[in-house]
Amino acid sequence: MTVRCDDSRPALVRLPAPLTALFPGAPRVVELPGGSVGDLIDALDARWPGMRDRLCDSTPAVRRHVNVFVDGARAKLDDAVPPGADVYILTAISGG
Amino acid sequence: MARTVKLLVGSKKGVFILASDERRRVWRLSGPFCENWPIHHVVGDPRDGAIYGAGGNEWFGPAIWKSQDGGSRWTHSSRGLAYSEGETPIKAAWSVALSHGRLYAGVEPAGLFVSGDGGASFEPVQGLRGHPTRPEWKPGGAGLILHSIVLDPVDAERIWVAISAAGVFYSGDGGATWTPRNKGTRADFLPEGQRYPEFGQCVHCLVKAPGRGDRLYQQNHCGMYRSDDGGESWTSVEAGLPSSFGFPAAAHPRDADALFLFPLNGAEQGRFAPDGRPTVWKTTDAGAHWRGRSAGLPQGDAYFGVLRQAMATDALDPAGVYFGAGNGAVYASADEGESWTRIADNLPTISSVETLVIDA
Repeated sequence: MTVRCDDSRPALVRLPAPLTALFPGAPRVVELPGGSVGDLIDALDARWPGMRDRLCDSTPAVRRHVNVFVDGARAKLDDAVPPGADVYILTAISGG
Repeated sequence: MARTVKLLVGSKKGVFILASDERRRVWRLSGPFCENWPIHHVVGDPRDGAIYGAGGNEWFGPAIWKSQDGGSRWTHSSRGLAYSEGETPIKAAWSVALSHGRLYAGVEPAGLFVSGDGGASFEPVQGLRGHPTRPEWKPGGAGLILHSIVLDPVDAERIWVAISAAGVFYSGDGGATWTPRNKGTRADFLPEGQRYPEFGQCVHCLVKAPGRGDRLYQQNHCGMYRSDDGGESWTSVEAGLPSSFGFPAAAHPRDADALFLFPLNGAEQGRFAPDGRPTVWKTTDAGAHWRGRSAGLPQGDAYFGVLRQAMATDALDPAGVYFGAGNGAVYASADEGESWTRIADNLPTISSVETLVIDA
């Protein structure tokens, strides 16, 4: 894949319904500037204060039962989010 | 003015609210609230009717939920409800308590946080967080949880907490310093000769008797106890009970000698009502004598338990007594525990029951 230095296409981020239900007005799909997964979550938190606490613990790390996929690969906070990336934030199998 | 009695029910799948008038005969159920999160404890503020729920969700972590309109709309926050980077993260909030304009939250792994802005943000109570005994605290069956927060209604600086399995701790300076208060309570799960440690007991529930005195009661994994000196020493009051094992304890709203319990058959015998016959046990002489009352409760083949925060009294006269069971039933007594009525059924596993009495 060729990435232009001036490529400023936003990442397309899909949020899980149980998360958006906690933040009135939050959409299921949102465009955000790339950077890292951590940057992306910071941007979500700036729009919907408190969302970072729902997605990350204080380790800091993505919560154990939350998965972030960037262009199909499971990602951690420090991993890059390229311009135009497809990002899925998903709730893992859990509960009872 | 007429008053409304609300039962605030925390469950494995959200908060439910049962409401009635002062006669407490007909109850209306609403819920589930809080997006079906597991909610371990719910309390209400009689001054303004606000409701606070402590919970934790496997996906999204701990939070304190709040409703200012009786339960229709809820917000949540965990701002500041976190340990430092690198420490084991907080899994869930387990308890909430209100007094003197402060909202306290107990969490797992065990710690205490306080909010001065009505639950919008929290800060750790550092004295407990840095307590020298903390590295030696051991988890009980439900985890290492701070489940009981007892606040002095008169003196805002006096706080007792109970941690499973670290025991009871007391602060007389608003949380700056803490001392263990477990003298006289057993830890039968330790080797012989070590069964009365300074800390490490598995206290299941800690409550304060009403009034200005220093009387506390605790249901422990290993016995039932009363203290008349704020927990500096404890006396066993389990003689006359069918078992020394149980989880909840509910103090009478006005009589410091009256207490309600739901003993279970034993820690290693299944942890359900003895002989499958649920019975609420009551003392009116500070634990010297106990009477079991089961009128209106199932008379057999009922093998449910009642969790540590799932029994409460209201402030009316005669006092109402309530408990929620592991099978999702809620039972109510409008005559101080003498007779019982099932007022809800088929709810999720009930974690807690508290009362809120407000002007209708």
